[in-house]
Amino acid sequence: MYTEIVMEHFTNPRNVGEIKDADGVGQVGNPKCGDIMKMYFKIDENEVITDVKFKTFGCGSAIASSSIATELIKGKTVKEALQISNKKVVEELGGLPAVKIHCSVLAEQAIKSTIYDYAQKNNKHYEELEDFDPEAAQEDHH
Amino acid sequence: MMKKRVYMDYSATTPMKEEVLEEMMQFMKTEYGNPSSLHSYGRESKNAVDTARDRIAETLNAKSKEIYFTAGGSESDNWAIKGYAFANKDKGNHIITSKIEHHGVLYTVEYLVKEHGFTATYLDVDADGLIDLEDLKNAITEDTMLITIMFANNEIGTIQPIKEIGAIAKERKIAFHTDGVQAYGNLKLDVDELNIDMMSMSAHKLHGPKGIGALYIRPGIRLHNLIHGGAQERKKRAGTENVPGIVGFGKAAELAHENLEERIQEKTRLRDKMIDGILENVPYTILNGHRTKRLPNNFNISFRFIEGESLLLSLDMVGIAGSSGSACTSGSLDPSHVLLSLGLTHEVAHGSLRLTIGAYNTEEEVDYVLEQLPPIVERLRKMSPLYEEIEGGNQ
Repeated sequence: MYTEIVMEHFTNPRNVGEIKDADGVGQVGNPKCGDIMKMYFKIDENEVITDVKFKTFGCGSAIASSSIATELIKGKTVKEALQISNKKVVEELGGLPAVKIHCSVLAEQAIKSTIYDYAQKNNKHYEELEDFDPEAAQEDHH
Repeated sequence: MMKKRVYMDYSATTPMKEEVLEEMMQFMKTEYGNPSSLHSYGRESKNAVDTARDRIAETLNAKSKEIYFTAGGSESDNWAIKGYAFANKDKGNHIITSKIEHHGVLYTVEYLVKEHGFTATYLDVDADGLIDLEDLKNAITEDTMLITIMFANNEIGTIQPIKEIGAIAKERKIAFHTDGVQAYGNLKLDVDELNIDMMSMSAHKLHGPKGIGALYIRPGIRLHNLIHGGAQERKKRAGTENVPGIVGFGKAAELAHENLEERIQEKTRLRDKMIDGILENVPYTILNGHRTKRLPNNFNISFRFIEGESLLLSLDMVGIAGSSGSACTSGSLDPSHVLLSLGLTHEVAHGSLRLTIGAYNTEEEVDYVLEQLPPIVERLRKMSPLYEEIEGGNQ
């Protein structure tokens, strides 16, 4: 049911862990739905994401989606990271079963939530985050 | 080199035994007659069906004419419940069942409520998955016509007090159906001693073929037909008999009941070794289902902070086949209704793992699971933000 890329990322997830002095930390999802993603970003003065770590409670596709999302944004600027959509995550994974698409949505939201936290802490404003509601991202994302 | 594979999903289905397949083959190749035919081909098939019926009846302490073949457990559940409800409307319109039934029962009762004006009481279960007999007594009204409570639960293995439920039903003159799909072949069942009026069974759970099952019906219990047509099964279930399936079921039933007591002991020993081995060595684990009133082959443990599907995928990579009550494995958004009925939180229910052992599992395989499972759990927990919170709290 999963592509080889999904299984490869599930088996060898990239960037698992935490960053103690992270510049942004975001968490989305909830245990009721069966998946939670937490991301940690190190962001330098040029707004480049220099390091990314994640932790995920969830199914195979949730773990693979988080893993590939962290790969996609490492080394990118905050602005570039905000452009990454769930479609991009699905595409990079070579597809996801229809019932698992929400995992890719969660990955997109995890990125936004982490940048939102960074923006709050550093008094920054990104128009891509204008409609982003970190509270809603904790709720039902299905 | 063949990768090591350990099948521990016997409650999902079982491999057919060689002897079963052998007996079936002749009824596909050479003795293929229709049992309703007059000629010798027909008679051969008819005799084979009769023999299979005798074999099953014997295992239940029932008479052959009380066994009706169906296409499986779900059909048996549907027939017992709908057939009885429709034929006995004069006795009332209230059905009592439990919250942890198989969907074959649960959705059939829901259908009667929604479409045919019946009412239903869904009994709660305690944290071990047992119904309370007092609750049952209190739920009975003068309109109660049918009680349907499963013998042993397919997910958590808990065995209900069937004899006592049957006695209550008998005393109040209410029919009692039990879904015996998981119990039959795993436990010794005597329909008289257990006060059972109807019981659903399925062949593929006991090394028989898929697509064949049976319903035990006590004489005097009247059911409407579910499948209308020819005069097969004493005019109660139309359709040309699945002769190879029936033959296979009969043989499988016979084999399952040879040395049943010893088998139960051996499976129980392996089950307990596996349960104790995990509960003692892996922290934050919860056994689902009753510790002793439990199918001899059922292991169901929730591993906190991780999700069942990723656990199953990881186990599959080392060749271990199990199942989970996690939503992600069912295609729905909610975890198993059975686990939630025990009072588990969604998170704990999502982290459940069911392993069910069978005739071909060995001690070595149990040891392999005990060796492979803990590091997999640890690896997934290290990835989990929920575990991080707990571990952080401990520092």
